[in-house]
Amino acid sequence: MNLALRLGSVAFLLAVWLAGSQLVGPQLLPSPQTVAVAIVHEARSGALAFNLGVTLLRVAAAFTIAMVFGTVIGLAMGRISVIDRLADPWLVILLNLPALVIIVLAYVWAGLTEVAALVAVALNKLPITIVTVREGARALDPSLDEMASVFRMSAWTRLRHVTMPQLAPYLAAAIRSGLSLVWKIVLIVELLGRPNGVGFEIGVAFQLFDVTRILAYALSFVIVMLAIETFLVQPFERHVSRWRIKPA
Amino acid sequence: MSPAGGSSRLDLHIKHKSYRVASGARLHVLGEISFSLGNGEVAAVVGPSGCGKTTLLRIIMGLDQDFDGSVVLPAHGRLGIVFQEPRLLPWRTVEENVRLAAPQAGEATLSALFATLGLSAHRRHYPGELSLGLARRVSLARAFAFEPELLALDEPFVSLDAALVERLRAELIELVTHRPTTTLLVTHSLDEAVGLADRIFLLSPSPARVIAEIPIERPRSPRSAAELAVIREKLRAAAANG
Repeated sequence: MNLALRLGSVAFLLAVWLAGSQLVGPQLLPSPQTVAVAIVHEARSGALAFNLGVTLLRVAAAFTIAMVFGTVIGLAMGRISVIDRLADPWLVILLNLPALVIIVLAYVWAGLTEVAALVAVALNKLPITIVTVREGARALDPSLDEMASVFRMSAWTRLRHVTMPQLAPYLAAAIRSGLSLVWKIVLIVELLGRPNGVGFEIGVAFQLFDVTRILAYALSFVIVMLAIETFLVQPFERHVSRWRIKPA
Repeated sequence: MSPAGGSSRLDLHIKHKSYRVASGARLHVLGEISFSLGNGEVAAVVGPSGCGKTTLLRIIMGLDQDFDGSVVLPAHGRLGIVFQEPRLLPWRTVEENVRLAAPQAGEATLSALFATLGLSAHRRHYPGELSLGLARRVSLARAFAFEPELLALDEPFVSLDAALVERLRAELIELVTHRPTTTLLVTHSLDEAVGLADRIFLLSPSPARVIAEIPIERPRSPRSAAELAVIREKLRAAAANG
């Protein structure tokens, strides 16, 4: 039933796409078949796998940097009010700095390098992770903290068994929103200053006004991200919430 | 009753404790409270609801250090506590909850403990799947597995039905008899205190101070209704005089 609903929804999307393509013409919106053929063509040449792989690596690297630093800083800000007061203005600035400004400044200051690209993406994701984790840290249950201190649990035990499980829903939210944000920004970074990746390919296609190619790459990457969501993020969520009583 | 074994496990001298409440005023919660517990002794602190019993316990546990007076604990200071709410980690199983607090406890110890408390069938359950009575038992198992030098129980039987209270009390007596543990029971129920303790400290309404100290002969043994009535009358009289 669930699957049928999902498939029906996808079929409807394809139908709308097809109708739209008939309406505005294949130049502006190529039909699903044309895009599928283009995907197969790019896959045969090996270019698709290479560009997807490069982009995916950048997403993974920037995402990991942002999550690790965001979690540490968010936890510190949520628990220690001095750090919160000191770091809050920085956080607000970073939160409101447009992605484009961060990217351009990173390229200007560090050159058109891989490091500059990754730092720029991570800096865009970082403040959102911090804000989310800080909310989680503020909501930590003090009565469990007291229990842990009475029973003299080690710092590691407390982090792993008392603190992190309480942060899990906040981390899951940060992961969800983070993955989609990071891949969008990676594409801009690639467009502006990298010689490969999905963003670069889309940039080239844009200059040639090749909508088929733009859609071929964008759709391929959406499928990859969907697979990550289904096979990595959702199982992780199920694992960390296994203790919750399931609604009948 | 004088402290058994000579060495005392807890020396408590509280002179004064007050809170600053939200409006800015200071609320005087504890007055003069002094007593010592000997090795293996089971004492009960009894007082009316809201007299500051939990505050007293938090001071003893070192969770509240903002008071006038002193608390002297045994050198290693291993304190086990059974909180009023069970305070289990909902994302860890019953067994994991106990093991995380008491990593030194062996399988034999844990099996015996779970068996005594009727938890053997629930080792792999999560706290959310337990009734309050069972969750309280897990909290009790955790405190005992920790092998504390001083065990503190904060209203461990509150909001349980009478039959369950009777059973849990029997289990608690078995645990304390099996492995003598200096125990401080905090409760508002005279019957609970009479049923479990060697000595009872009676507290006044807030700000709490000790108004009577009553030794119990033949502690934790079955009593006739008449005997219970005599003890209860004694406690009532003490409370009235305080």
